Amino acid sequence: MEAVLFFIAAIGALGGAIGVVALRNPFYSVLALIVHLFSLAVLFLLLSSAFVAAAQVVVYAGAVMVLYVFVVAYVGGGEESAWEPIPGQQFIAPLLGVAIFVELAIAVLSSALLALGTDGPAVKAGFGDPAAIGHLLLEKFLVPFEASSILLLLAAVGAIVLAARREPSRGVGRGSSEHSSEAPAERSEDPRPTPSHAGGVPS
Amino acid sequence: MNIEWYVVLSSLLFAVGAMGILIRRSPVVILLCLELMLNAGNLALVAFSRMVGNQQGQVFAIVVMVVAACEVVVGLGLIVAIFRRKLPLDVDELRELRG
Repeated sequence: MEAVLFFIAAIGALGGAIGVVALRNPFYSVLALIVHLFSLAVLFLLLSSAFVAAAQVVVYAGAVMVLYVFVVAYVGGGEESAWEPIPGQQFIAPLLGVAIFVELAIAVLSSALLALGTDGPAVKAGFGDPAAIGHLLLEKFLVPFEASSILLLLAAVGAIVLAARREPSRGVGRGSSEHSSEAPAERSEDPRPTPSHAGGVPS
Repeated sequence: MNIEWYVVLSSLLFAVGAMGILIRRSPVVILLCLELMLNAGNLALVAFSRMVGNQQGQVFAIVVMVVAACEVVVGLGLIVAIFRRKLPLDVDELRELRG
């Protein structure tokens, strides 16, 4: 039973991952990632870590994926251009991916971890349930817990600063918003004349 | 199930994610592939925590989830800012920072 569940979840996770990479429309990629995340939650349950599985479903498949769907709906899922700056990138990249997998497989299969080939030790009934993880988080790992909460706060503030809409009609924010909207245009035009000019002077 | 199966599956998922980052050029899909790689790492962490019979690896996996959420928030904020400036959403065309 456990093996059947593992293979179903593994096929789901792998199929979702390949779907993310292979589907052309970003919206379908997000949907494939949701399949992948649910399959991973099943795998976490098989590894008797109930709290991580629940957090995976609630945080990832619930919150983060909604954020992705909103952004894809906002920017629109356009087709990627066929222009390739590196010739043959579409053929070299899968080879490099296979090389990474071969390398990892060699590292795993030749490792000296003897317990890798076992099912792991028998665990108590409360292994990985919210109470045990909560005790660990708030007693042993209190400092990493607080550090990650500060990181979340900083990321939220940073996202607001990055994505805030700057109103050009406001009196106070007028000067700064005009600067910020015109500066990148100047920067993108400036460097092109400069190298030819600088290259022309020495000759 | 042997722990080995989980670790091999995790390395397979990691390789698929890395391949996606190399192939795709839309920043949104590259962020999705980053999620794939982080989740592969999470699967390996939880599998090793089960192998040892110790729950501390699961705490580490939860911290990785927090980091992934932060990365998503900042990355999507950047994508929205790029879109607002009417710049192309393609990592090969956004190369002004390249030396």
